[in-house]
Amino acid sequence: MDFDLTKDEIAFRDEVRQFLDDNLKQKTDNEFGVSFDADWNKKVREKRWVGFGWPKEVGGGGGTIMEQVILKEEMATRKAPALGTCFMGLAWVGPSIIEYGTEEQKKRFIPDILDGKYQWCTGYSEPNYGSDLASLQCKGVLEGDEYVVNGQKIWTSLAPFAAWMILLVRTDFDTQSKHEGITCLLVDMKTPGIEVRPIENMAGGRFFAEVFFTDVRVPVENRLGKEGQGWAVTVSALANERSSIAEVSALQRRLESLITTARQATRHGKPLLEDPGIRRQIARFEARIEAMRLNGMRYLTKQIKGEPLSSETSVNKLHRANLEVDMAEFAVEFLGNAGLHMRGSDDAVEGGKWIFNSLSWPDVVIGGGTPNIQRNIIAERILGLPKD
Amino acid sequence: MNFGFTEEQVLLRDQVRKFIEQKCPMSEVRKISQTKEGMSVEHWQEMGQLGWTGLLVPEDFGGAGLNWVDALVLLEEMGRGLFPSPFISHSLACFAIAELGTEDQKQLWLPKLASGEKIGTVALLEETDLPQLEGIQLEAKMVGDHLQLNGSKHFVSDVNTADLFIVAARTGPQTDQVSLLIVDKKAEAVSTKTQATVDKTKREGLLQFEQLKVPSTQILGNKDGAADTINRLFDCGAVAVTAEMIGSSEGAHALTVDYAKNRIQFDNPIGKYQGVKHPLANMYVDIESFKSLLYYAAWCVNESPQELSKSISLAKAYASETVPKMGIDCLQLHGAIGYTAEYDIQLYLKRSKWARPKFGDANFHYDRVASLGEY
Repeated sequence: MDFDLTKDEIAFRDEVRQFLDDNLKQKTDNEFGVSFDADWNKKVREKRWVGFGWPKEVGGGGGTIMEQVILKEEMATRKAPALGTCFMGLAWVGPSIIEYGTEEQKKRFIPDILDGKYQWCTGYSEPNYGSDLASLQCKGVLEGDEYVVNGQKIWTSLAPFAAWMILLVRTDFDTQSKHEGITCLLVDMKTPGIEVRPIENMAGGRFFAEVFFTDVRVPVENRLGKEGQGWAVTVSALANERSSIAEVSALQRRLESLITTARQATRHGKPLLEDPGIRRQIARFEARIEAMRLNGMRYLTKQIKGEPLSSETSVNKLHRANLEVDMAEFAVEFLGNAGLHMRGSDDAVEGGKWIFNSLSWPDVVIGGGTPNIQRNIIAERILGLPKD
Repeated sequence: MNFGFTEEQVLLRDQVRKFIEQKCPMSEVRKISQTKEGMSVEHWQEMGQLGWTGLLVPEDFGGAGLNWVDALVLLEEMGRGLFPSPFISHSLACFAIAELGTEDQKQLWLPKLASGEKIGTVALLEETDLPQLEGIQLEAKMVGDHLQLNGSKHFVSDVNTADLFIVAARTGPQTDQVSLLIVDKKAEAVSTKTQATVDKTKREGLLQFEQLKVPSTQILGNKDGAADTINRLFDCGAVAVTAEMIGSSEGAHALTVDYAKNRIQFDNPIGKYQGVKHPLANMYVDIESFKSLLYYAAWCVNESPQELSKSISLAKAYASETVPKMGIDCLQLHGAIGYTAEYDIQLYLKRSKWARPKFGDANFHYDRVASLGEY
């Protein structure tokens, strides 16, 4: 075991640190903060740190795995804003296009994703098929050089704001396995026949939506991968999520914030943090967060050595889900009545951020696979237990 | 960066695993645990020949000169097989002498320990069961040119088979005025008493002194000067036990996963049902996680000592909190067969309880995480 960096890696780390000294003006106070500072966005783009792990030919930075880790860690330590503004484009749409896209698709979409020109959304879940995604029924029929799409998607995050959608449709209803016959399309959200109806979530946000498709015509050149290859495109995209550095550093910040809240809150005239039960629970959270960090490093080591990763990332996804729910709930509980007060109340604690968190965790806990789906993945793919 | 094992360590793991599978399958574990000694002298001698009894002893004194990351590889495999052996106690005794002993003391004791000719253990705890300096209240009084010990140490692991005890005693009123004394089992005025405990693959008991005279040559290092080493022994002891907990919980988990794949109820293997597969997935998450925490702590012993206390507290707290629950869950997933003496899962359940308080339970270590984190 060693945690040493090579000479080149140290030089790269120093370059990142210098850049941060020179250019970091505004720290994010929101945990996954995207920067609205045009100057920052332009400079990190010039550095090719947006899409840093992508090949240079498509406009990425061509960073090694270790360089990507260093960049993320340095950014996280200094609480710098995100690199790039196109969330889903950078997370999975871009990597899918790089792997499966035609040259024309790469030229057309990748630069826009890197520049953050617009948002992408992801048309996967349907009213009847959420966790059981591969059973999806939204229909695509090839007519001439266009697919005609009819059906419905739901829980589509960012749909009300997105310019493009990565969409899964069924192009063949007569296959042996449900994973066959699925095709991936890239759809302009302005295409006639698309109707977006935002859904209000329990925290009052309107970020996800139902999306209806009525005879929506998608040119065949916007198909990603081959017809019937949609499931493979999706799986490879989701497997692209590598380490959990960004999540870990966000949770570390949340923990610091929890300690501050517990120090300032009093019960019987004493800081709550003096209560051994409170301290132990915080330490328990700390152990989970540190475990996530070190799990990530172990899995990273496997990748560097070229050993195949199975579904180990589900381990940290489960931790994150538990921590998102439990940390917010813990704060709301120990704050008592004041913990229930929301922004606008005179009695609200820190603008009601903990009660807000306790209502908004489903964004990350349900999206991308519920905790029980992660447990199925671990049980079936890692432990080899029979499928449901 | 490499948060994994070297090729040599991978080979060592294979070697240990084969040794245990061939020489000490579960039928043999059961036999050994019925004996008075609770260990196999034959196995111990072979471990001596393989260099494992001297794993942590410097090469200059006949050992292999390896460190706790290497030791954890052995311990994981020993835990997996519930291998009955004084390896942890012995390694801690070697570690104490190597860290604190004078040149003469090292020359005198380490080669015999390294070869396995003598078995060592540490006697740190007392009735209060407190794994920190405040828990050391047994006084060693200066009488003439020697120290005198009168009283007893509790919960001494492998008390029945050890030839040599590294005894923590109080030599002054300040918290850190503590010393480590080398006590030979053969000395008059020393007696041991093995106590009945839950896990028959592990032995422990009382070490008693009646006006024992300890010459100054048997004070490890300097009088009053053992505080740092004792703190490191507590931490390294926790590293060792937690490493064994990785193996033993993986062993219990593998046994249960296997059962879930083969046991048919309601026309299906029970592992098809989420009520069975989800707890097994949760256990996997917990084992993977305290494993990562422990690996880092083991690395800290030599490479980043200032981080050791915090890192091992995170690991041991996590393990002590989750492993006994896993023992219970694994047994329940087996149904009635798990309750029988004949089936092995019950041995793992007992081990999970044994490991929980050793070198500090979850509350102890979470409290320490909070103190060290200044909250």
